[in-house]
Amino acid sequence: MTREQEAAAELPIEAVRPVRPGRWLGAAAALLFLVWLAYTVIVNENLHWDVIVAYLADGRILGGLWVTIQLTVLSMAIGLVLGVLAAVMQLSDNPALRGTSALYTWFFRGTPLLVQLIFWFNIGLVFPAFAIGVPFGGPKLIEWQANEVITPFTAALLGLAINEGAYMAEIVRAGIRSVDPGQREAAESLGMSHRQVLRRVVLPQAMRVIIPPTGNQFISMLKTTSMVSVIAGAELLTVAQRIYLGNFEVIAMLVVASIWYVVLTTIASVGQHFVEKRFERGHVRLSSRVRRNLRPLQKEPS
Amino acid sequence: MSGPDQPMVRIRAVRKRFGALEVLKGIDLDVPAGEVVCIVGPSGSGKSTLLRCVNRLETIDSGRIWVNGELMGYAERGGRLHALRPAELSRQRRGIGMVFQRFHLFPHRTAIENVMEGPVTVLGTRAAQARRQAEELLERVGLADRAHHYPAQLSGGQQQRVAIARSLAMRPSLMLFDEPTSALDPELVQEVLAVMRDLAATGMTMMVVTHEMNFAREVGDQLVFMDDGVIVERGDPREVLSAPRHERLRTFLGQVR
Repeated sequence: MTREQEAAAELPIEAVRPVRPGRWLGAAAALLFLVWLAYTVIVNENLHWDVIVAYLADGRILGGLWVTIQLTVLSMAIGLVLGVLAAVMQLSDNPALRGTSALYTWFFRGTPLLVQLIFWFNIGLVFPAFAIGVPFGGPKLIEWQANEVITPFTAALLGLAINEGAYMAEIVRAGIRSVDPGQREAAESLGMSHRQVLRRVVLPQAMRVIIPPTGNQFISMLKTTSMVSVIAGAELLTVAQRIYLGNFEVIAMLVVASIWYVVLTTIASVGQHFVEKRFERGHVRLSSRVRRNLRPLQKEPS
Repeated sequence: MSGPDQPMVRIRAVRKRFGALEVLKGIDLDVPAGEVVCIVGPSGSGKSTLLRCVNRLETIDSGRIWVNGELMGYAERGGRLHALRPAELSRQRRGIGMVFQRFHLFPHRTAIENVMEGPVTVLGTRAAQARRQAEELLERVGLADRAHHYPAQLSGGQQQRVAIARSLAMRPSLMLFDEPTSALDPELVQEVLAVMRDLAATGMTMMVVTHEMNFAREVGDQLVFMDDGVIVERGDPREVLSAPRHERLRTFLGQVR
Protein backbone atom coordinates (compact mmCIF):
# COMPACT_ATOMS: atom_id res chain seq x y z
CA MET A 1 0.00 0.00 0.00
CA THR A 2 1.15 3.51 -0.73
CA ARG A 3 1.15 6.19 1.95
CA GLU A 4 -1.90 7.87 0.41
CA GLN A 5 -3.93 4.63 0.54
CA GLU A 6 -2.95 4.08 4.19
CA ALA A 7 -3.96 7.60 5.04
CA ALA A 8 -7.28 7.14 3.22
CA ALA A 9 -7.97 3.91 5.12
CA GLU A 10 -7.69 5.75 8.42
CA LEU A 11 -10.25 8.41 7.60
CA PRO A 12 -13.74 6.86 7.96
CA ILE A 13 -16.72 9.13 7.44
CA GLU A 14 -19.02 9.25 10.46
CA ALA A 15 -20.64 12.57 9.76
CA VAL A 16 -23.61 13.90 11.75
CA ARG A 17 -26.66 14.46 9.55
CA PRO A 18 -28.16 17.95 9.57
CA VAL A 19 -31.44 18.33 11.48
CA ARG A 20 -34.38 18.76 9.10
CA PRO A 21 -37.52 19.67 11.09
CA GLY A 22 -39.53 20.28 7.91
CA ARG A 23 -39.38 16.55 7.02
CA TRP A 24 -40.83 15.52 10.39
CA LEU A 25 -43.56 18.15 10.23
CA GLY A 26 -44.52 17.04 6.71
CA ALA A 27 -44.61 13.37 7.71
CA ALA A 28 -46.74 14.13 10.78
CA ALA A 29 -49.24 16.16 8.74
CA ALA A 30 -49.56 13.44 6.09
CA LEU A 31 -50.06 10.70 8.70
CA LEU A 32 -52.64 12.73 10.59
CA PHE A 33 -54.58 13.29 7.37
CA LEU A 34 -54.57 9.55 6.52
CA VAL A 35 -55.73 8.58 10.02
CA TRP A 36 -58.54 11.13 9.87
CA LEU A 37 -59.58 9.88 6.40
CA ALA A 38 -59.62 6.23 7.51
CA TYR A 39 -61.57 7.14 10.66
CA THR A 40 -64.32 9.02 8.76
CA VAL A 41 -64.69 6.14 6.30
CA ILE A 42 -64.65 3.32 8.86
CA VAL A 43 -67.09 4.83 11.35
CA ASN A 44 -69.43 6.07 8.62
CA GLU A 45 -72.71 4.21 9.08
CA ASN A 46 -73.97 5.05 5.58
CA LEU A 47 -71.33 2.79 4.03
CA HIS A 48 -72.93 -0.48 5.28
CA TRP A 49 -69.69 -2.39 5.78
CA ASP A 50 -71.64 -5.53 6.71
CA VAL A 51 -73.33 -5.47 3.28
CA ILE A 52 -70.01 -4.90 1.52
CA VAL A 53 -68.45 -7.89 3.30
CA ALA A 54 -71.49 -10.05 2.58
CA TYR A 55 -71.44 -9.35 -1.17
CA LEU A 56 -67.66 -9.37 -1.70
CA ALA A 57 -67.61 -13.09 -2.51
CA ASP A 58 -71.22 -13.29 -3.76
CA GLY A 59 -71.64 -15.78 -6.62
CA ARG A 60 -73.02 -13.17 -9.01
CA ILE A 61 -70.14 -10.76 -8.22
CA LEU A 62 -67.57 -13.51 -8.80
CA GLY A 63 -69.30 -14.39 -12.08
CA GLY A 64 -69.03 -10.74 -13.17
CA LEU A 65 -65.40 -10.71 -12.08
CA TRP A 66 -64.70 -13.71 -14.31
CA VAL A 67 -66.35 -12.02 -17.32
CA THR A 68 -64.25 -8.89 -16.67
CA ILE A 69 -61.05 -10.97 -16.64
CA GLN A 70 -62.08 -12.81 -19.82
CA LEU A 71 -62.95 -9.60 -21.64
CA THR A 72 -59.68 -7.95 -20.58
CA VAL A 73 -57.40 -10.85 -21.53
CA LEU A 74 -59.14 -11.66 -24.81
CA SER A 75 -59.48 -8.09 -26.03
CA MET A 76 -55.87 -7.30 -25.10
CA ALA A 77 -54.65 -10.44 -26.92
CA ILE A 78 -56.66 -9.70 -30.05
CA GLY A 79 -55.80 -6.00 -29.78
CA LEU A 80 -52.08 -6.84 -29.60
CA VAL A 81 -52.27 -8.99 -32.74
CA LEU A 82 -54.22 -6.27 -34.58
CA GLY A 83 -51.76 -3.67 -33.32
CA VAL A 84 -48.66 -5.55 -34.53
CA LEU A 85 -50.36 -6.15 -37.87
CA ALA A 86 -51.34 -2.49 -38.27
CA ALA A 87 -47.89 -1.29 -37.17
CA VAL A 88 -46.05 -3.56 -39.62
CA MET A 89 -48.46 -2.43 -42.36
CA GLN A 90 -47.82 1.20 -41.45
CA LEU A 91 -44.04 0.73 -41.74
CA SER A 92 -44.23 -1.17 -45.04
CA ASP A 93 -43.34 0.53 -48.31
CA ASN A 94 -46.61 -0.57 -49.92
CA PRO A 95 -48.81 2.57 -49.99
CA ALA A 96 -52.07 0.57 -50.06
CA LEU A 97 -51.14 -1.27 -46.84
CA ARG A 98 -49.96 1.98 -45.21
CA GLY A 99 -53.21 3.71 -46.15
CA THR A 100 -55.40 0.88 -44.86
CA SER A 101 -53.58 0.88 -41.54
CA ALA A 102 -53.76 4.68 -41.25
CA LEU A 103 -57.50 4.59 -41.96
CA TYR A 104 -58.00 1.97 -39.23
CA THR A 105 -56.15 3.88 -36.50
CA TRP A 106 -57.65 7.19 -37.59
CA PHE A 107 -61.23 5.94 -37.42
CA PHE A 108 -61.09 3.93 -34.20
CA ARG A 109 -59.06 6.49 -32.29
CA GLY A 110 -61.34 9.21 -33.60
CA THR A 111 -64.63 7.81 -32.29
CA PRO A 112 -65.56 7.26 -28.62
CA LEU A 113 -65.34 3.68 -27.37
CA LEU A 114 -68.80 4.03 -25.84
CA VAL A 115 -70.26 4.79 -29.28
CA GLN A 116 -68.35 1.86 -30.81
CA LEU A 117 -69.68 -0.55 -28.16
CA ILE A 118 -73.30 0.48 -28.74
CA PHE A 119 -72.69 0.30 -32.49
CA TRP A 120 -71.32 -3.26 -32.40
CA PHE A 121 -74.19 -4.35 -30.17
CA ASN A 122 -76.68 -3.01 -32.74
CA ILE A 123 -74.79 -4.08 -35.84
CA GLY A 124 -77.72 -6.31 -36.77
CA LEU A 125 -79.57 -3.13 -37.78
CA VAL A 126 -76.98 -2.54 -40.53
CA PHE A 127 -75.95 -6.11 -41.39
CA PRO A 128 -78.78 -8.52 -40.46
CA ALA A 129 -76.63 -11.54 -41.44
CA PHE A 130 -72.96 -12.46 -41.90
CA ALA A 131 -71.92 -14.96 -44.55
CA ILE A 132 -68.80 -16.61 -45.95
CA GLY A 133 -68.83 -16.84 -49.72
CA VAL A 134 -68.07 -14.80 -52.82
CA PRO A 135 -68.27 -11.08 -51.95
CA PHE A 136 -70.21 -8.40 -53.89
CA GLY A 137 -73.40 -10.49 -54.05
CA GLY A 138 -71.96 -13.90 -55.04
CA PRO A 139 -73.03 -17.29 -53.67
CA LYS A 140 -72.74 -17.92 -49.93
CA LEU A 141 -71.28 -20.97 -48.17
CA ILE A 142 -72.34 -20.35 -44.57
CA GLU A 143 -74.58 -17.69 -43.12
CA TRP A 144 -75.18 -16.50 -39.55
CA GLN A 145 -77.94 -14.25 -38.24
CA ALA A 146 -76.60 -11.16 -36.46
CA ASN A 147 -79.10 -11.56 -33.63
CA GLU A 148 -77.66 -15.00 -32.79
CA VAL A 149 -73.97 -14.13 -33.11
CA ILE A 150 -73.92 -10.68 -31.52
CA THR A 151 -74.41 -11.28 -27.81
CA PRO A 152 -73.41 -8.58 -25.33
CA PHE A 153 -70.16 -10.53 -24.81
CA THR A 154 -69.18 -10.75 -28.49
CA ALA A 155 -70.20 -7.13 -29.07
CA ALA A 156 -68.05 -6.09 -26.09
CA LEU A 157 -65.13 -8.16 -27.34
CA LEU A 158 -65.38 -6.69 -30.85
CA GLY A 159 -65.58 -3.14 -29.54
CA LEU A 160 -62.80 -3.43 -26.97
CA ALA A 161 -60.38 -5.45 -29.15
CA ILE A 162 -60.69 -3.41 -32.33
CA ASN A 163 -60.44 -0.16 -30.39
CA GLU A 164 -57.44 -1.46 -28.46
CA GLY A 165 -55.72 -2.56 -31.68
CA ALA A 166 -55.74 1.03 -32.93
CA TYR A 167 -53.92 2.21 -29.81
CA MET A 168 -51.56 -0.78 -29.73
CA ALA A 169 -50.59 -0.03 -33.35
CA GLU A 170 -49.12 3.29 -32.25
CA ILE A 171 -47.29 1.68 -29.33
CA VAL A 172 -45.85 -1.11 -31.49
CA ARG A 173 -44.89 1.34 -34.21
CA ALA A 174 -42.99 3.50 -31.74
CA GLY A 175 -41.25 0.37 -30.42
CA ILE A 176 -40.17 -0.80 -33.88
CA ARG A 177 -38.90 2.66 -34.76
CA SER A 178 -36.87 2.79 -31.54
CA VAL A 179 -34.62 -0.05 -32.75
CA ASP A 180 -31.29 1.21 -34.17
CA PRO A 181 -31.34 0.93 -38.00
CA GLY A 182 -27.85 -0.59 -37.71
CA GLN A 183 -29.48 -3.69 -36.20
CA ARG A 184 -31.48 -4.21 -39.38
CA GLU A 185 -28.38 -3.69 -41.51
CA ALA A 186 -26.35 -6.18 -39.47
CA ALA A 187 -29.13 -8.77 -39.77
CA GLU A 188 -29.52 -8.17 -43.52
CA SER A 189 -25.76 -8.54 -43.96
CA LEU A 190 -26.04 -12.00 -42.45
CA GLY A 191 -28.52 -12.77 -45.23
CA MET A 192 -31.72 -12.71 -43.18
CA SER A 193 -35.02 -12.19 -45.00
CA HIS A 194 -37.28 -9.27 -44.06
CA ARG A 195 -39.45 -11.57 -41.95
CA GLN A 196 -36.46 -13.05 -40.14
CA VAL A 197 -35.08 -9.57 -39.44
CA LEU A 198 -38.43 -8.52 -37.97
CA ARG A 199 -38.99 -11.68 -35.93
CA ARG A 200 -35.45 -12.42 -34.71
CA VAL A 201 -33.91 -8.97 -34.36
CA VAL A 202 -36.32 -6.03 -34.49
CA LEU A 203 -39.40 -7.22 -32.54
CA PRO A 204 -37.48 -8.70 -29.55
CA GLN A 205 -35.71 -5.36 -29.10
CA ALA A 206 -38.87 -3.35 -29.75
CA MET A 207 -40.54 -5.34 -26.93
CA ARG A 208 -38.47 -3.48 -24.35
CA VAL A 209 -40.12 -0.25 -25.50
CA ILE A 210 -43.53 -1.85 -26.18
CA ILE A 211 -43.99 -3.69 -22.85
CA PRO A 212 -44.34 -0.81 -20.33
CA PRO A 213 -47.11 1.08 -22.21
CA THR A 214 -48.80 -2.26 -23.02
CA GLY A 215 -48.88 -3.03 -19.29
CA ASN A 216 -50.52 0.33 -18.77
CA GLN A 217 -53.03 -0.48 -21.52
CA PHE A 218 -53.81 -3.80 -19.81
CA ILE A 219 -54.40 -2.14 -16.45
CA SER A 220 -56.49 0.51 -18.15
CA MET A 221 -58.45 -2.20 -20.00
CA LEU A 222 -59.39 -3.88 -16.69
CA LYS A 223 -61.30 -0.72 -15.84
CA THR A 224 -62.43 0.15 -19.37
CA THR A 225 -64.42 -3.12 -19.49
CA SER A 226 -66.87 -1.43 -17.09
CA MET A 227 -68.07 0.62 -20.10
CA VAL A 228 -69.60 -2.60 -21.38
CA SER A 229 -72.31 -2.09 -18.75
CA VAL A 230 -74.13 0.13 -21.29
CA ILE A 231 -74.85 -2.99 -23.35
CA ALA A 232 -75.38 -5.17 -20.25
CA GLY A 233 -72.14 -7.08 -20.75
CA ALA A 234 -72.56 -9.14 -17.53
CA GLU A 235 -69.14 -8.01 -16.29
CA LEU A 236 -68.37 -6.74 -12.79
CA LEU A 237 -70.03 -3.33 -12.95
CA THR A 238 -73.14 -4.62 -14.77
CA VAL A 239 -73.59 -7.29 -12.09
CA ALA A 240 -73.08 -4.77 -9.27
CA GLN A 241 -75.67 -2.48 -10.87
CA ARG A 242 -78.17 -5.34 -11.22
CA ILE A 243 -77.79 -6.15 -7.53
CA TYR A 244 -78.24 -2.56 -6.31
CA LEU A 245 -81.29 -2.12 -8.53
CA GLY A 246 -82.80 -4.89 -6.38
CA ASN A 247 -81.52 -4.05 -2.88
CA PHE A 248 -80.86 -0.27 -3.25
CA GLU A 249 -77.35 -0.67 -1.72
CA VAL A 250 -75.87 1.58 -4.44
CA ILE A 251 -72.76 2.74 -2.61
CA ALA A 252 -72.02 -0.64 -1.02
CA MET A 253 -72.19 -2.43 -4.38
CA LEU A 254 -69.95 0.20 -6.03
CA VAL A 255 -67.46 -0.30 -3.17
CA VAL A 256 -67.57 -4.07 -3.75
CA ALA A 257 -66.86 -3.58 -7.47
CA SER A 258 -64.12 -1.04 -6.71
CA ILE A 259 -62.39 -3.42 -4.29
CA TRP A 260 -62.24 -6.08 -7.00
CA TYR A 261 -61.00 -3.61 -9.62
CA VAL A 262 -58.20 -2.53 -7.25
CA VAL A 263 -57.29 -6.19 -6.59
CA LEU A 264 -57.11 -6.91 -10.35
CA THR A 265 -55.06 -3.82 -11.20
CA THR A 266 -52.66 -4.50 -8.31
CA ILE A 267 -52.04 -8.06 -9.50
CA ALA A 268 -51.55 -6.77 -13.05
CA SER A 269 -49.03 -4.15 -11.86
CA VAL A 270 -46.96 -6.82 -10.11
CA GLY A 271 -47.07 -8.96 -13.26
CA GLN A 272 -46.03 -5.97 -15.36
CA HIS A 273 -42.95 -5.50 -13.19
CA PHE A 274 -41.77 -9.08 -13.79
CA VAL A 275 -42.48 -9.03 -17.54
CA GLU A 276 -40.50 -5.80 -17.87
CA LYS A 277 -37.56 -7.38 -16.08
CA ARG A 278 -37.66 -10.33 -18.48
CA PHE A 279 -37.32 -8.05 -21.50
CA GLU A 280 -34.50 -6.01 -19.93
CA ARG A 281 -32.20 -8.91 -20.97
CA GLY A 282 -28.88 -7.61 -22.23
CA HIS A 283 -29.47 -4.12 -20.94
CA VAL A 284 -26.99 -3.44 -18.21
CA ARG A 285 -27.64 -0.72 -15.70
CA LEU A 286 -25.15 2.10 -15.34
CA SER A 287 -23.95 0.90 -11.93
CA SER A 288 -22.84 -2.51 -13.26
CA ARG A 289 -21.22 -0.82 -16.26
CA VAL A 290 -19.17 1.31 -13.88
CA ARG A 291 -18.23 -1.82 -11.95
CA ARG A 292 -17.07 -3.49 -15.17
CA ASN A 293 -14.87 -0.51 -15.98
CA LEU A 294 -13.35 -0.68 -12.53
CA ARG A 295 -12.48 -4.37 -12.77
CA PRO A 296 -8.98 -4.00 -14.32
CA LEU A 297 -8.04 -1.55 -11.58
CA GLN A 298 -8.80 -4.12 -8.90
CA LYS A 299 -6.49 -6.63 -10.58
CA GLU A 300 -3.48 -4.31 -10.32
CA PRO A 301 -0.81 -5.59 -7.93
CA SER A 302 -0.99 -3.91 -4.56
CA MET B 1 -17.18 -19.04 -59.71
CA SER B 2 -13.97 -17.04 -59.55
CA GLY B 3 -11.18 -18.46 -61.62
CA PRO B 4 -7.50 -17.63 -61.24
CA ASP B 5 -7.82 -14.53 -63.41
CA GLN B 6 -11.23 -13.43 -62.13
CA PRO B 7 -11.19 -11.05 -59.17
CA MET B 8 -13.33 -11.72 -56.09
CA VAL B 9 -14.80 -8.22 -56.39
CA ARG B 10 -15.08 -6.34 -59.67
CA ILE B 11 -16.39 -2.79 -59.52
CA ARG B 12 -16.98 -0.93 -62.77
CA ALA B 13 -18.06 2.71 -63.32
CA VAL B 14 -20.10 2.83 -60.13
CA ARG B 15 -21.97 6.03 -59.42
CA LYS B 16 -24.12 6.81 -56.41
CA ARG B 17 -25.92 9.95 -55.39
CA PHE B 18 -27.84 10.93 -52.25
CA GLY B 19 -30.27 13.57 -53.51
CA ALA B 20 -28.25 16.35 -55.08
CA LEU B 21 -24.97 15.07 -53.65
CA GLU B 22 -22.99 12.64 -55.81
CA VAL B 23 -20.85 10.59 -53.42
CA LEU B 24 -19.39 8.08 -55.92
CA LYS B 25 -18.36 9.54 -59.27
CA GLY B 26 -17.36 6.52 -61.33
CA ILE B 27 -15.42 3.94 -59.33
CA ASP B 28 -13.42 1.11 -60.91
CA LEU B 29 -11.76 -1.37 -58.59
CA ASP B 30 -10.68 -5.02 -58.64
CA VAL B 31 -10.07 -7.06 -55.51
CA PRO B 32 -8.32 -10.34 -56.37
CA ALA B 33 -9.22 -13.38 -54.26
CA GLY B 34 -7.14 -13.65 -51.12
CA GLU B 35 -6.05 -10.01 -51.16
CA VAL B 36 -6.57 -7.27 -48.59
CA VAL B 37 -7.55 -3.90 -50.02
CA CYS B 38 -7.39 -0.96 -47.64
CA ILE B 39 -9.46 2.07 -48.58
CA VAL B 40 -8.43 5.36 -46.99
CA GLY B 41 -9.52 8.93 -47.45
CA PRO B 42 -11.01 11.91 -45.67
CA SER B 43 -14.50 11.61 -44.23
CA GLY B 44 -17.15 12.22 -46.86
CA SER B 45 -14.90 10.85 -49.60
CA GLY B 46 -17.37 8.02 -50.31
CA LYS B 47 -15.30 5.09 -49.00
CA SER B 48 -17.97 3.76 -46.60
CA THR B 49 -20.65 4.21 -49.24
CA LEU B 50 -18.56 2.17 -51.70
CA LEU B 51 -18.29 -0.64 -49.17
CA ARG B 52 -22.03 -0.55 -48.46
CA CYS B 53 -22.73 -0.73 -52.21
CA VAL B 54 -20.74 -3.97 -52.46
CA ASN B 55 -23.19 -5.90 -50.25
CA ARG B 56 -26.06 -3.77 -51.42
CA LEU B 57 -26.95 -2.00 -48.21
CA GLU B 58 -27.00 0.91 -50.68
CA THR B 59 -28.28 0.65 -54.25
CA ILE B 60 -26.11 2.12 -57.01
CA ASP B 61 -27.34 4.54 -59.68
CA SER B 62 -25.14 3.23 -62.47
CA GLY B 63 -22.26 0.83 -63.03
CA ARG B 64 -21.84 -2.83 -62.12
CA ILE B 65 -20.52 -4.74 -59.12
CA TRP B 66 -19.67 -8.43 -59.34
CA VAL B 67 -18.80 -10.49 -56.28
CA ASN B 68 -17.48 -13.99 -56.87
CA GLY B 69 -18.41 -13.60 -60.53
CA GLU B 70 -22.04 -12.85 -59.69
CA LEU B 71 -23.63 -9.51 -60.55
CA MET B 72 -24.83 -7.95 -57.28
CA GLY B 73 -28.51 -7.08 -56.99
CA TYR B 74 -29.52 -7.83 -60.58
CA ALA B 75 -29.89 -10.65 -63.03
CA GLU B 76 -29.15 -10.01 -66.71
CA ARG B 77 -31.76 -11.66 -68.94
CA GLY B 78 -32.48 -10.88 -72.58
CA GLY B 79 -30.21 -7.86 -72.60
CA ARG B 80 -32.06 -6.25 -69.68
CA LEU B 81 -31.33 -5.98 -65.97
CA HIS B 82 -33.94 -7.44 -63.63
CA ALA B 83 -33.77 -6.45 -59.95
CA LEU B 84 -33.37 -9.55 -57.78
CA ARG B 85 -36.10 -10.72 -55.44
CA PRO B 86 -35.39 -10.13 -51.72
CA ALA B 87 -34.69 -13.86 -51.21
CA GLU B 88 -32.09 -13.86 -54.00
CA LEU B 89 -30.46 -10.75 -52.55
CA SER B 90 -30.31 -12.39 -49.11
CA ARG B 91 -28.59 -15.40 -50.68
CA GLN B 92 -25.97 -13.11 -52.26
CA ARG B 93 -25.36 -11.33 -48.96
CA ARG B 94 -24.74 -14.58 -47.07
CA GLY B 95 -21.35 -14.95 -48.74
CA ILE B 96 -20.26 -11.42 -47.77
CA GLY B 97 -19.40 -10.66 -44.16
CA MET B 98 -19.79 -7.08 -42.94
CA VAL B 99 -18.24 -5.53 -39.85
CA PHE B 100 -19.56 -2.12 -38.81
CA GLN B 101 -17.96 0.82 -37.10
CA ARG B 102 -20.45 0.59 -34.24
CA PHE B 103 -20.46 -3.24 -34.05
CA HIS B 104 -24.27 -3.61 -34.19
CA LEU B 105 -24.26 -6.79 -32.13
CA PHE B 106 -27.75 -7.98 -31.20
CA PRO B 107 -28.03 -6.60 -27.64
CA HIS B 108 -30.67 -9.10 -26.51
CA ARG B 109 -28.41 -12.08 -27.26
CA THR B 110 -25.19 -13.23 -25.60
CA ALA B 111 -21.89 -13.30 -27.48
CA ILE B 112 -22.29 -16.95 -28.47
CA GLU B 113 -25.95 -16.47 -29.42
CA ASN B 114 -24.87 -13.59 -31.66
CA VAL B 115 -22.40 -15.85 -33.45
CA MET B 116 -24.96 -18.68 -33.75
CA GLU B 117 -27.74 -16.43 -35.06
CA GLY B 118 -26.72 -16.41 -38.74
CA PRO B 119 -26.10 -20.16 -39.19
CA VAL B 120 -29.23 -21.17 -37.23
CA THR B 121 -31.66 -18.64 -38.73
CA VAL B 122 -30.34 -18.30 -42.26
CA LEU B 123 -28.59 -21.58 -43.05
CA GLY B 124 -30.79 -23.80 -40.86
CA THR B 125 -27.77 -25.28 -39.07
CA ARG B 126 -28.70 -27.44 -36.06
CA ALA B 127 -28.21 -25.60 -32.77
CA ALA B 128 -25.66 -28.06 -31.36
CA GLN B 129 -23.48 -27.84 -34.44
CA ALA B 130 -23.82 -24.04 -34.63
CA ARG B 131 -22.81 -23.83 -30.96
CA ARG B 132 -19.66 -25.89 -31.52
CA GLN B 133 -18.73 -23.74 -34.48
CA ALA B 134 -19.45 -20.55 -32.51
CA GLU B 135 -17.24 -21.77 -29.64
CA GLU B 136 -14.39 -22.33 -32.10
CA LEU B 137 -14.84 -18.88 -33.62
CA LEU B 138 -14.95 -17.16 -30.21
CA GLU B 139 -11.80 -19.08 -29.30
CA ARG B 140 -10.21 -17.79 -32.51
CA VAL B 141 -10.96 -14.14 -31.62
CA GLY B 142 -9.79 -14.79 -28.06
CA LEU B 143 -13.18 -14.54 -26.35
CA ALA B 144 -13.99 -18.13 -25.35
CA ASP B 145 -14.37 -16.96 -21.72
CA ARG B 146 -16.89 -14.26 -22.68
CA ALA B 147 -19.30 -16.53 -24.58
CA HIS B 148 -22.21 -15.98 -22.20
CA HIS B 149 -21.80 -12.23 -21.72
CA TYR B 150 -24.28 -9.81 -23.25
CA PRO B 151 -22.80 -7.15 -25.57
CA ALA B 152 -23.40 -4.45 -22.95
CA GLN B 153 -21.12 -6.39 -20.59
CA LEU B 154 -18.24 -6.37 -23.09
CA SER B 155 -15.73 -3.65 -23.95
CA GLY B 156 -15.84 -2.08 -27.40
CA GLY B 157 -12.87 -4.14 -28.57
CA GLN B 158 -14.47 -7.35 -27.35
CA GLN B 159 -17.77 -6.43 -29.02
CA GLN B 160 -16.03 -5.83 -32.32
CA ARG B 161 -14.25 -9.20 -32.09
CA VAL B 162 -17.61 -10.91 -31.45
CA ALA B 163 -18.99 -9.05 -34.47
CA ILE B 164 -16.13 -10.41 -36.61
CA ALA B 165 -16.83 -13.93 -35.31
CA ARG B 166 -20.55 -13.44 -36.11
CA SER B 167 -19.70 -12.59 -39.73
CA LEU B 168 -17.23 -15.48 -40.05
CA ALA B 169 -19.88 -17.93 -38.85
CA MET B 170 -21.56 -17.56 -42.26
CA ARG B 171 -18.31 -18.81 -43.89
CA PRO B 172 -18.09 -15.77 -46.20
CA SER B 173 -15.76 -15.60 -49.20
CA LEU B 174 -15.39 -11.82 -48.74
CA MET B 175 -15.22 -9.67 -45.61
CA LEU B 176 -16.06 -5.96 -45.57
CA PHE B 177 -14.76 -3.83 -42.69
CA ASP B 178 -16.30 -0.36 -42.36
CA GLU B 179 -13.94 1.59 -40.08
CA PRO B 180 -13.83 -1.30 -37.61
CA THR B 181 -11.64 0.50 -35.05
CA SER B 182 -12.90 4.08 -35.34
CA ALA B 183 -15.38 3.80 -32.46
CA LEU B 184 -12.87 2.20 -30.09
CA ASP B 185 -10.82 3.66 -27.27
CA PRO B 186 -7.17 3.86 -28.41
CA GLU B 187 -5.97 1.03 -26.16
CA LEU B 188 -8.57 -1.38 -27.63
CA VAL B 189 -7.67 -0.84 -31.30
CA GLN B 190 -4.79 -3.29 -31.42
CA GLU B 191 -6.76 -6.35 -30.22
CA VAL B 192 -9.18 -5.90 -33.12
CA LEU B 193 -6.41 -5.29 -35.65
CA ALA B 194 -4.66 -8.45 -34.41
CA VAL B 195 -7.77 -10.51 -35.18
CA MET B 196 -7.98 -8.92 -38.63
CA ARG B 197 -4.27 -9.65 -39.21
CA ASP B 198 -4.83 -13.33 -38.37
CA LEU B 199 -7.81 -13.40 -40.70
CA ALA B 200 -5.78 -11.90 -43.56
CA ALA B 201 -3.11 -14.54 -42.96
CA THR B 202 -5.70 -17.28 -43.58
CA GLY B 203 -6.16 -15.93 -47.11
CA MET B 204 -9.50 -14.19 -46.58
CA THR B 205 -10.37 -11.59 -49.20
CA MET B 206 -10.92 -8.32 -47.32
CA MET B 207 -11.99 -4.77 -48.12
CA VAL B 208 -11.07 -2.54 -45.19
CA VAL B 209 -12.07 1.09 -44.83
CA THR B 210 -9.68 2.39 -42.18
CA HIS B 211 -7.57 5.19 -40.81
CA GLU B 212 -4.94 2.78 -39.48
CA MET B 213 -2.05 3.47 -41.83
CA ASN B 214 0.25 0.98 -40.09
CA PHE B 215 -2.29 -1.79 -40.62
CA ALA B 216 -2.63 -0.77 -44.29
CA ARG B 217 1.14 -0.79 -44.71
CA GLU B 218 1.73 -4.14 -43.00
CA VAL B 219 -1.33 -6.17 -44.01
CA GLY B 220 -2.67 -4.51 -47.17
CA ASP B 221 -1.90 -5.86 -50.63
CA GLN B 222 -3.43 -2.81 -52.24
CA LEU B 223 -4.06 0.69 -50.96
CA VAL B 224 -6.81 2.85 -52.41
CA PHE B 225 -6.99 6.55 -51.62
CA MET B 226 -10.41 8.11 -52.26
CA ASP B 227 -11.32 11.76 -52.21
CA ASP B 228 -14.52 13.48 -53.29
CA GLY B 229 -16.07 10.34 -54.78
CA VAL B 230 -13.17 9.23 -56.96
CA ILE B 231 -10.14 7.00 -56.51
CA VAL B 232 -7.22 9.44 -56.57
CA GLU B 233 -4.34 7.02 -56.06
CA ARG B 234 -3.85 3.29 -55.73
CA GLY B 235 -1.07 0.77 -55.57
CA ASP B 236 1.20 -1.14 -53.22
CA PRO B 237 0.64 0.35 -49.75
CA ARG B 238 4.35 0.62 -48.91
CA GLU B 239 5.08 2.52 -52.12
CA VAL B 240 1.97 4.70 -52.00
CA LEU B 241 2.43 5.66 -48.36
CA SER B 242 6.15 6.38 -48.59
CA ALA B 243 6.00 8.24 -51.92
CA PRO B 244 2.50 9.64 -52.52
CA ARG B 245 2.20 11.09 -56.04
CA HIS B 246 -0.80 13.34 -55.42
CA GLU B 247 -0.91 16.50 -53.35
CA ARG B 248 -4.31 15.51 -51.89
CA LEU B 249 -2.92 12.25 -50.50
CA ARG B 250 0.12 14.05 -49.07
CA THR B 251 -2.18 16.52 -47.29
CA PHE B 252 -4.37 13.68 -46.00
CA LEU B 253 -1.43 11.65 -44.69
CA GLY B 254 -0.10 14.78 -42.97
CA GLN B 255 -3.44 15.11 -41.15
CA VAL B 256 -3.74 11.45 -40.16
CA ARG B 257 -0.25 11.05 -38.72
